[in-house]
Amino acid sequence: MSSSTLIFAILFLALFSYWFGIQKAVKVAGGLGKVKHLASLPRQFGMLTGFWCGIPALLVLLIWSVFEANVVESLLISTLPEQVQNLPGSELGLYLNDIKVMAGSGIVSLDGLADDKLVTAQAVNYYIQTNQNASWLKTALIIVIALASVAYVVSRFSLDFRARNQLESIIRWILMASSAIAVLTTLGIVLSVLFESIQFFSSVPPWEFLFGTQWSPQIAMRSDQVAGSGAFGAVPLFAGTLLITLIAMTISVPVGLMTAIYLSQYASAKMRSFAKPMLEILAGVPTVVYGFFAALTVAPFIRDAGEWMGLSVASESALAAGIVMGVMIIPFVSSLSDDAINAVPTPLKEGSLGMGATPSETIKLVLLPAAIPGIVGAILLAVSRAIGETMIVVMAAGMAANLTANPLESVTTVTVQIVTLLTGDQEFDTPKTLAAFALGLMLFITTLALNIIALKVVRKYREQYD
Amino acid sequence: MTSSNNTAQSVELTTTEKVAFSLKKRHRKERNFRWAGKLAVSFGFLLVVILLTDIFLKARPAFHQNWVTIEIDYRAEWLGVDSAEAVAQGEGNYRSVLRKSLYQMFPEVKNRRAKRELAKIVSTNAEFAIQDFLKENPENIGKSTQVRVRLDDDIDSYLKDEPELGSIGPRINERQAKWIQRLVEDGRVEKLWNTEFFSNGDSRDPELAGVKGALTGTLLTMLVTLILSFPLGVAAALYLEEFAPRNRWTDIIEVNINNLAAVPSIIFGLLGLAVIINMFGLPRSAPLVGGIVLTLMTLPTIIIASRASIKAVPPSIREAALGLGASKMQTAFGHVLPMAMPGILTGTIIGMAQALGETAPLLMIGMVAFIVDVPGGVTDAATVLPVQIYLWADSPERAFLAKTSAAILVLLSFLLVMNSCAALLRKKFEKN
Repeated sequence: MSSSTLIFAILFLALFSYWFGIQKAVKVAGGLGKVKHLASLPRQFGMLTGFWCGIPALLVLLIWSVFEANVVESLLISTLPEQVQNLPGSELGLYLNDIKVMAGSGIVSLDGLADDKLVTAQAVNYYIQTNQNASWLKTALIIVIALASVAYVVSRFSLDFRARNQLESIIRWILMASSAIAVLTTLGIVLSVLFESIQFFSSVPPWEFLFGTQWSPQIAMRSDQVAGSGAFGAVPLFAGTLLITLIAMTISVPVGLMTAIYLSQYASAKMRSFAKPMLEILAGVPTVVYGFFAALTVAPFIRDAGEWMGLSVASESALAAGIVMGVMIIPFVSSLSDDAINAVPTPLKEGSLGMGATPSETIKLVLLPAAIPGIVGAILLAVSRAIGETMIVVMAAGMAANLTANPLESVTTVTVQIVTLLTGDQEFDTPKTLAAFALGLMLFITTLALNIIALKVVRKYREQYD
Repeated sequence: MTSSNNTAQSVELTTTEKVAFSLKKRHRKERNFRWAGKLAVSFGFLLVVILLTDIFLKARPAFHQNWVTIEIDYRAEWLGVDSAEAVAQGEGNYRSVLRKSLYQMFPEVKNRRAKRELAKIVSTNAEFAIQDFLKENPENIGKSTQVRVRLDDDIDSYLKDEPELGSIGPRINERQAKWIQRLVEDGRVEKLWNTEFFSNGDSRDPELAGVKGALTGTLLTMLVTLILSFPLGVAAALYLEEFAPRNRWTDIIEVNINNLAAVPSIIFGLLGLAVIINMFGLPRSAPLVGGIVLTLMTLPTIIIASRASIKAVPPSIREAALGLGASKMQTAFGHVLPMAMPGILTGTIIGMAQALGETAPLLMIGMVAFIVDVPGGVTDAATVLPVQIYLWADSPERAFLAKTSAAILVLLSFLLVMNSCAALLRKKFEKN
């Protein structure tokens, strides 16, 4: 049985065990009328039985699925002749891949094959056979485990069996496991990105990656190829990311901040109730829509405007991507700054107004200085979001790595390169794909650091007034 | 001389006078500041309006498709078959029937190049359309009859620009323009609602491409995301609010959730590629993997919203339940959770809306493949609406521009519906 059928089978069995557990509990009590003698409700007995049926079986299935492919593969390798086993890693991988592909079309007949083909054919058949055996073994094992655990728990049923307490401690464990998923996700991100990056840095030295100014990740297919040297200096990518982020910030910080100030200090309640949902529209638009807008409306407009002024503008200019990214971030900056401004105690504001300062003087000289840590935190979070933004730059920024500070030229960013390196079919272990993980590591570290700093800044500020 | 006089005077001014003199300047500054604020807010409005109108205007052509009625001659010698059974089995050379029928309509077209251009004015799918027509009406074998087929996308776009008939246009030369003029003047060209946009899968030909495949893929992916993220998110929030002891481990979980909420979405794609596909061996491009990745991405949003909602349940409810002898678990599931449900649902809908618009992580796990078939299950190769938009936006054909905008409108209307639901729920919740 396939894993998905097995999952449904297990769920069905668990449902059946629920019913079975209730029946058993009633029987232990000695009939429906005497159910009150039980220490817990029959329903709780039933649910406990259901959990006992499902959880061990599902866990075994999960563990089995994780290891099955690897175990079958090492079994397969151990049957191969010595000279095949001693092939270098990538060639062995190719050989195994061939076997797997051939196995897809079923058992191969061994009649009248030459020696070299015979070995492969035998391996294919062995592979098919092992997979079938594994599948049978898995199904049998899981059903046995499910039934055995049901039998075990049912055998313990008695009048003073505390089904509810046991049920509740199981549920508690499930809840705890769910909350641990967040930690596992972080761990998974760190480990996967780190592991691939370490592999990458074993073929490209870290200093070359961090300080090199040449980025052309094409690896030569043949040693005599002309343009295939493959350079992994990521400085142009960092510079491009920085340039676009800078453009985005020069749009979003003033506009977002002024919007927050106007809406919280000047606007009437009616205007606020209309303006805030409007801004939420900007926040809710998917980034791919912004990317489309940037690539097909803003970029041509900027190019035409530039030509009209006699400037030469690249069709994938950093300016277009930066402006649209800035627009995307406006609601983010404004809502966070709004929170920061509103958190300033009203007596400060009233004191200033009472001394005869105009509202704008109060804002500039009292509110903003008091809210500055919150605003800085907001800007840092906005920067981290701009750095990690992908779709806008993938669609509107360039692919070629240019080291330039001119916003009218085309630049590329870290996220664009991750996408270009990893989309499409590729061998997984070339430096080209591993480079994407190294870039991902840089991205993760940068955004994480920015977030932690931002939260620290905001938290420190809160302590001043509370 | 004068300036020194002025300073001398100002020194003699009293504070009240100084304030009075500076008032004008200060009020002007106040006005300017207020204007700057208004400007910022209206800049935001303006952008919303520009963005939406731009997409609406670009999407308009996609809702119609121009069709042309041509005289198809199902002559047995061109078709190569002459029995209804053979037609039913899909035999017959329909390309030749289509071409020769077109040449018959325009007998003045003689040279090969012109003939090739003539054959190109109908969609590549026209030969299948006339085949289907004959299958349904087998009595037409050997006869000449009127069949409606789609025009090619270049001609379709040209007609939608409403040009002066007979004038050349983008990718339309003089000869083709004259033929189109004749077809229009004969009343053979009709503009119909493009319902196929919702019933076709993706295609390389813009006039045939539709969003059904992407919509189904989106639906499957969202289903997986919902099934996984809702129970996990609620369970995690319930644990952290109701059961977790205040210790180091709980702190770690909390910090982690907050940090995960700010990790760029593309990183989740890297996780999906390295762990879910390469380590666990799940299939590439499948809604299952997409759903798992989006679950990990939306979990923090759902957990944070659910926690806030659970926290807002008054402690008196808990105390009353505990006082009547309910266990902690019964209190949590029987009393706290139902009362927190509206808030949890709001958070879930917002999280799902986020997941619906997400593109980058799905590019990483290979959901960018060109897929014509509508996916049938969660392990089939599929694409989703935002990725479809990305793919179409990259296509050079002009007609895809309209299709992309139309797909964006579909996506935006889904988001609008979801967000309105969330807003309604929130409003109802706040009243209670």
